[in-house]
Amino acid sequence: MEIDREDGRRPNQLRPLACSRNILHRPHGSASWSQGDTKVLAAVYGPKPGTRKNENPEKACFEVIWKPKSGQIGKAEKEYEMILKKTIQSICVLTVNPNTTTSVIIQVVHDDGSLLPCAINAACAALVDAGIPMKHLAVAICCCLADSGYVVLDPNKLEEKKMTAFAYLVFPNTTLSVLPEVEGEPVEHGIITSVTHGVMSVDDYFLCVENGRAATASLSAFFRKNFQQTQGAV
Amino acid sequence: MALVDSSQDLSAEMEVDAFRRLFPLRFFERHLSESLRPDGRPLGKARDTIVNLGLVSSADGSALAKIGSTTMIAAIRMEVMTPSLDSPDEGCIAVEFHMPPICSPTVRPGRPADEAPVISKRLSDIISSCDMIDLKELCLVSGKAAWMGYLDIYCLDADGALFDAALLSAVAAFSNLQIPVVALNDNGRIVAINGGQEENASIREKEAVNKEKRKLTLKNIPFSLTCILHKKYILADPTAEEESIMDTLVTVVLDSSDQIVSFNKSGGNALAGSSAIKSCVELAKKRGKELKEILGEMDID
Repeated sequence: MEIDREDGRRPNQLRPLACSRNILHRPHGSASWSQGDTKVLAAVYGPKPGTRKNENPEKACFEVIWKPKSGQIGKAEKEYEMILKKTIQSICVLTVNPNTTTSVIIQVVHDDGSLLPCAINAACAALVDAGIPMKHLAVAICCCLADSGYVVLDPNKLEEKKMTAFAYLVFPNTTLSVLPEVEGEPVEHGIITSVTHGVMSVDDYFLCVENGRAATASLSAFFRKNFQQTQGAV
Repeated sequence: MALVDSSQDLSAEMEVDAFRRLFPLRFFERHLSESLRPDGRPLGKARDTIVNLGLVSSADGSALAKIGSTTMIAAIRMEVMTPSLDSPDEGCIAVEFHMPPICSPTVRPGRPADEAPVISKRLSDIISSCDMIDLKELCLVSGKAAWMGYLDIYCLDADGALFDAALLSAVAAFSNLQIPVVALNDNGRIVAINGGQEENASIREKEAVNKEKRKLTLKNIPFSLTCILHKKYILADPTAEEESIMDTLVTVVLDSSDQIVSFNKSGGNALAGSSAIKSCVELAKKRGKELKEILGEMDID
C-alpha cells in the first residue's frame, strides 16, 4: 500500500536538490541549498579573533544568525539558531582554532517546508566552502508521520501542516572508508540532532529514524558529487 | 595524552576539590566508572523532587517545582479576550519563560539568556501538541469571549535540567488553576464577579457564564526527563556542572500513554544510537511514573 502525495512523489522520494557554493563575494564561504521550493542561503565569516562572553576561549566558538524571509526574528527562529549552533559545534573540530569566532549567517529565501534541515545542509556546505576544519558533514532530513502510520520524507509546507507529527533528524554523512562500530552500529547511524513535533509512539519514532537514515545515504552522495564537481572546476 | 597521564598521577596526591576544578572531565569519568555520581546518585536516578501548589495568591493558578536545587515558580493568570476568527470557540495559552539574573552566574542583567526563548517555545509546543488542555473548555461565549491564559515561569535557581523543572511547574500550575467566575452584563461585556457581594447575586443567578469556580480537566499530562550521553554512560537529570562538562543532552517528553511528545537532542559530541535512544525512553518512562506519584499526592491534599 502506498499513500499518494499531492505532488505525486513516492513517500521516500526527496524533492529535487540543488546546491551551489561560493556564490557570495564578501564572505569567506557561502552556499545556497534548495530542496524543491525551499531555498536557504548560508554565509560563513571567520574564524575571527576573540570569543564572546560565556564562551570557552580554549575552543573555537560559533555564532549563528538567522534571518527570516521577512519581519522580525521570533522565538521559533531563536530555537533554530540554538539548534543550528549546537549542531555545527558538534561536527566541527573545535581545538584547531582556539579563541576564534566563526559566524554563520542563514538567510531564508523561501520556506516551503523542511526549513531547518535545509538550513543545516546549507550551513554545512558553506562551512566546507570556507574551509572550516570539520570532523564530518551533517546531513539533515525531515520525516513526517502520516495518520495511517506511514513515514513521508522531505515534506512541503502543505504536508507539514496536515501531518500528525514530524521529526527533524540530523545524521553524520555516510563515509566510504571503514569506521569502527559503536555498540554494533556503524557510526553514521547515530543521531546528531533530533527535534520532534507532535505525538508519536516509540515505534513510529524508530520508523522515522530508520527511513531518515536510509535517505541520508542519497543526500550524502549528493554532497560528495557536488563537492567533487567544484573541485574539478578549480 | 600527556595531560591525561599527568592528571592520573596527580589524582592520588592532589586535593579532591583541586582535582575537580583542574580536570573536571577526568573527575567525572572516575566517578562514572564506579557507576556513581559526585552527588552520590546512581547514574539513572533523578534528584529529589518537590512540588508545591498555590503559592502566588494574585494568580489563578500557581506552583513551585524543585528538582534538586533547580527551582521554578509558575503562575497562570486568566484574562478574557476575543477569540480569533479561525477558532471562535477556543481559548488560548501564552507561555513565557523567564531567566532573571538571580538564577545563574552566566545570566547577566540587561541581557536576556539565550536559553529562555528556546525553552518557552518548546514548552508552548508541547502544551499545544500533546492535548493536555482542551482549548474549547476555555470558551465563554462562542465567537465573542474566551479565556486567555498567561503562563509565566520564573527560574529562581538554574542547576541543570531546566526544561524538566519548567514543564513540571507548568503542569502543576495548570492542575492548581481555578477559572474565575464571570458574568455577562447588560452591555454584553464580561465582568468578574466577586464571590461574597450580595448585589451581584442576582446577576450571578441569571447571567453567570460559568456558575462557580471550576478546574480544567487535564487530559494528557506530559513528563520530561533530560539525560546526558557520555561515551557509554547515560546520566539522568544532570546538574548544571554536569551539563557544562559533558555537552550531549537528550530531552525526552512522554505523555500519559508513554507516547513520545518530543525527542530533543541538539548536537553534542556523542551520537545517539538506537540502544541509547531506547535507554533514554525507558528512563523517561520510569521518571514519568515517579512524577505522576508526586503530582498525585498533591491532588489529595
